[in-house]
Amino acid sequence: VSRAKPEDDEYWNSSKFKAFTFDDDDDEFSRLKESKRAVNSILVDDDDDEEEEDGVERVSWSGEPVGSISWSVKETASSIRSGSEQSFPKIDTTPSLSKQGSGYSLSSLFKGDLYDTAVRTYAPELSHRKVRWKGNTRAGAFSLEKFRSLQDKLLLLDEAVAVYDGNLITAVLIYLKKSLSKEILFRELMARDVALRHYVHYLKEMGEQKLLVELMKALGRTEDMALMQYKEHLNIKDEGQRRDFLKSCLGLPFSQDDATHVQDHYTLLERQIIIEASDKKADAEIFKKFPRKASILNMPIITTLYYSCFYHYGESEGTYSSPENIRKTFRISEKQYILTALGARAKLKSWFDVDSLFNTKNWLGYTKKRSPIGFHRVVDILQKNSAPVNVLQEYVNLIDSPELKLSVALKYKCHDIVINTYRDLKDRQELVVYREKLERDSPEYRKIQELLNNVQIRWKN
Amino acid sequence: MASHLFCGRVNLNILREAARKDLREFLDKCSGSKEHEVEKMFTLKGGRIPSAAVKNIVFFVRPRLELMDIIAENVASEDKLHPRDFHILFVPRRSLLCEQRLKEKGVLNSFTNIDEYILDLIPYDGDLLSMESESSFRECYLESDQTSLYHAAKGLMTLQALYGTIPQIFGKGECARHVANMMLRMKREFAGSHTQILPVFDTLLLLDRNVDLLTPLATQLTYEGLIDEIFSITNGYVKLPPEKFAQKKQGEGGKDLPTEPKKLQLNSAEELYAEIRDKNFNAVGAALSKKAKVISAAFEERHNAKTVGEIKQFVSQLPHMQAARSSLANHTSIAELIKDITTSEDFFDSLTVEQEFMTGVDTDKVSTYIEDCVAQKDPLIKILRLVCMQSVCNNGLKQKVLDFYKREILQTYGYKHILTLKNLEKVGLLKPQSTMRNNYPTIRKTLKLWMEDTNEQNPNDISYVYSGYAPLSVRLTQVLARPGWRSIEEVLKMLPGPHFEERQQVPTGLHKKRQPGENRTTLVFFLGGVTYAEIAALRFLSNMEDSGTEYIIATTKLINGTSWIKSLMDSPEENLP
Repeated sequence: VSRAKPEDDEYWNSSKFKAFTFDDDDDEFSRLKESKRAVNSILVDDDDDEEEEDGVERVSWSGEPVGSISWSVKETASSIRSGSEQSFPKIDTTPSLSKQGSGYSLSSLFKGDLYDTAVRTYAPELSHRKVRWKGNTRAGAFSLEKFRSLQDKLLLLDEAVAVYDGNLITAVLIYLKKSLSKEILFRELMARDVALRHYVHYLKEMGEQKLLVELMKALGRTEDMALMQYKEHLNIKDEGQRRDFLKSCLGLPFSQDDATHVQDHYTLLERQIIIEASDKKADAEIFKKFPRKASILNMPIITTLYYSCFYHYGESEGTYSSPENIRKTFRISEKQYILTALGARAKLKSWFDVDSLFNTKNWLGYTKKRSPIGFHRVVDILQKNSAPVNVLQEYVNLIDSPELKLSVALKYKCHDIVINTYRDLKDRQELVVYREKLERDSPEYRKIQELLNNVQIRWKN
Repeated sequence: MASHLFCGRVNLNILREAARKDLREFLDKCSGSKEHEVEKMFTLKGGRIPSAAVKNIVFFVRPRLELMDIIAENVASEDKLHPRDFHILFVPRRSLLCEQRLKEKGVLNSFTNIDEYILDLIPYDGDLLSMESESSFRECYLESDQTSLYHAAKGLMTLQALYGTIPQIFGKGECARHVANMMLRMKREFAGSHTQILPVFDTLLLLDRNVDLLTPLATQLTYEGLIDEIFSITNGYVKLPPEKFAQKKQGEGGKDLPTEPKKLQLNSAEELYAEIRDKNFNAVGAALSKKAKVISAAFEERHNAKTVGEIKQFVSQLPHMQAARSSLANHTSIAELIKDITTSEDFFDSLTVEQEFMTGVDTDKVSTYIEDCVAQKDPLIKILRLVCMQSVCNNGLKQKVLDFYKREILQTYGYKHILTLKNLEKVGLLKPQSTMRNNYPTIRKTLKLWMEDTNEQNPNDISYVYSGYAPLSVRLTQVLARPGWRSIEEVLKMLPGPHFEERQQVPTGLHKKRQPGENRTTLVFFLGGVTYAEIAALRFLSNMEDSGTEYIIATTKLINGTSWIKSLMDSPEENLP
């Protein structure tokens, strides 16, 4: 059921997909007719060989008739292609290009120099057989070397851009890159946005970093240039070289924010290298107890801080590896710091350290617990690190909102808090319900029992 | 036979057959004969090509430089004693740079044939065509390389050659304008030659992805959309964790669970899938259980089959029934896998935040949810999706908010992501608020992008695909069909890029005489990618009783928020979990 309509049959049976042989001159006319039909049925025709000789007058994008261009092109192409038979019809292919100053039409590019092998040596693509440059093709089998004057070259570029085909634009740009001085090329590209963008893309693809940076500089796109250069660090494997490279980026014209980030990036790697070198051979207890699973090199700053809180907690601020030093150097917010330190110390089950993280002394010298992150989050993190109930309870109690406190206490089975909350709410019914969830004769069970028996409480229900 | 391709209004098999013919011809040329038995197919890999007793080796590749390096390695490590012929077929176009690279590597002359296979639009389903050009959005909006648009225009010309000239072209966005210009010029160059095919399409609508940056960022909530979000559909296939698909073998106790991922093909050739793919996931359970009842009732029929004739009849239906049963089993398993995720707290929280943003709640403040996600080191792409969504829904973030997010991201995921953040800014997904008023609320209200009373089970509006949010792109399509864009001029002006209308002349005699009640056919081309949920929404419009329009969808690439953001990242492979 592959063919739906009769016209489709006709389409497929038309010349387009038949293997054409050109050795029979008598048949010329009928073939032309056939070709014409094929072209009529398919507008995009660059996907096969023979439908272009339709005798229909073609108009190039610039409005000039194309003439017999396609013939000549095909002939060239066939001579290049290894497998092709040299049996094209004998149509006059002598170059008959009338040079109207520099006013080439793109189509006229196909005439002349058709056998120029130079094309192939620098741009094999251009000598491909399907090379009718008429607005809907990729590239032409023509010699770009014809375009000697700057004006011609720029015209060529503009025409290529008008076709939109990136491949074609690139072909022309490669030619211009070879034949124009950098300064002139850059200057002309500045006035040609589309071509410029293709050129930038081309240089990126080809890894021509140096030229790219020069171009960006010339364009005054200094920030782009800086970022582009910075990006290079991703390709450097050796950390020492990477650090040195980042250092060389510091002077680049980044935006103010990015400059800070790049500076931090450099400082971070520099310190990581120092820490890594010393920790690799460290023999402190903590390293034996919890051997390092991976190196700290190239890890994000928060990961580095976590590492420092894990292995280097309590070190004096003077050392690069101490949490305090990292915190100050990289301007870590209090919130981020507490979260990270809490995670690391809870992982080690150092509940004492956890406790002191939240201690603040007021002016009278009393200690008070304070946290930049909600205490319910603190409880979550502690619970994930399997903190014992007595530790959990302490922090659940610090949750401000009574509802939240109750729900967290229920979630983590902090019985005392649940019971006390219900008692304070004078909610007898909830206490009865909760009692049923507890083990009979457990201390909590007995506690509820006592409360329920207490005649002095005025229950609300 | 690809039966799923011609079930729709437009027989896309015509396109497929045309493409196949081209391929056969190339293979003929390589082998020098009409026999083109493809012995083996290998995925392109470095080193030596696995052995195969063949004379010809055809490389079938996209014109990408890194692939050329692999090919060069393949060719160079070929056994010199038993040389084979090499051919290379570029899809969809040859590339100068690629051939140059092959030349640099000294292997260009090793190829007997170098050709191109002009397959711009690949038929994916009865109503869906894709160029499968992953980097198209990045190239168009970040690198400003419009080559993929050129290919899109060529693809549209091929379509017109096969299905007739499209009389009306509408478009919105810079890229849409480019494509339309190219099409019109290509057409002009063939002035005088008219296709003699009765137009199949009435209208072409070209839409830039950057006209609607919001939709792909939202989590798709259709069945197919969720499969893609969670397991990612590649080339019409999905790979799933095998546990749920374990066959219970009798007597073995089912101990050995399969370890290979289960690979399934997904398209409308599968009856059940065609039925449920576009439903809101919350309606899939009911559909599956209904189907289960039908199938088990059919199997029960065997007890009623008494006569030989009846038994014969039953047996003849067995293969079909068994296929239906295994299809049902598969989709029940997939639905279970998805349900595990959609019922999780994480999914719920994240969806809530998305919906808050889309309805304009607290988009000008730092979201504590995003902050918490960063603190938990959730995947970076998830963070970027949310931050970008907030930015788009607020028409840019307050400088302080933007700086905060940036700092958090760089500190937690690494400074190198300066580059990715810059890319997101360049394409407009992330930006500081300008002095201009936030116009998102106006757009949302005028186009009714948020519907309060969305019915997930029996939808009456496209907003069901995101459980409340109606995709902007599809709203534009809907309004164009009725009452027309003139009614939303103001909003169109707020969206980026020009909007336009062009007409292409159709030869007299080829004008379509529409029967009363006959639907119009519109081809919607998404330049820069389309999501499965948007496709579902368009199918919903096609099937609406009084819509009057049927839609065929074309795109540069099928995307979701994750694959899209990933395509905009620099060195993304380094930071994925």
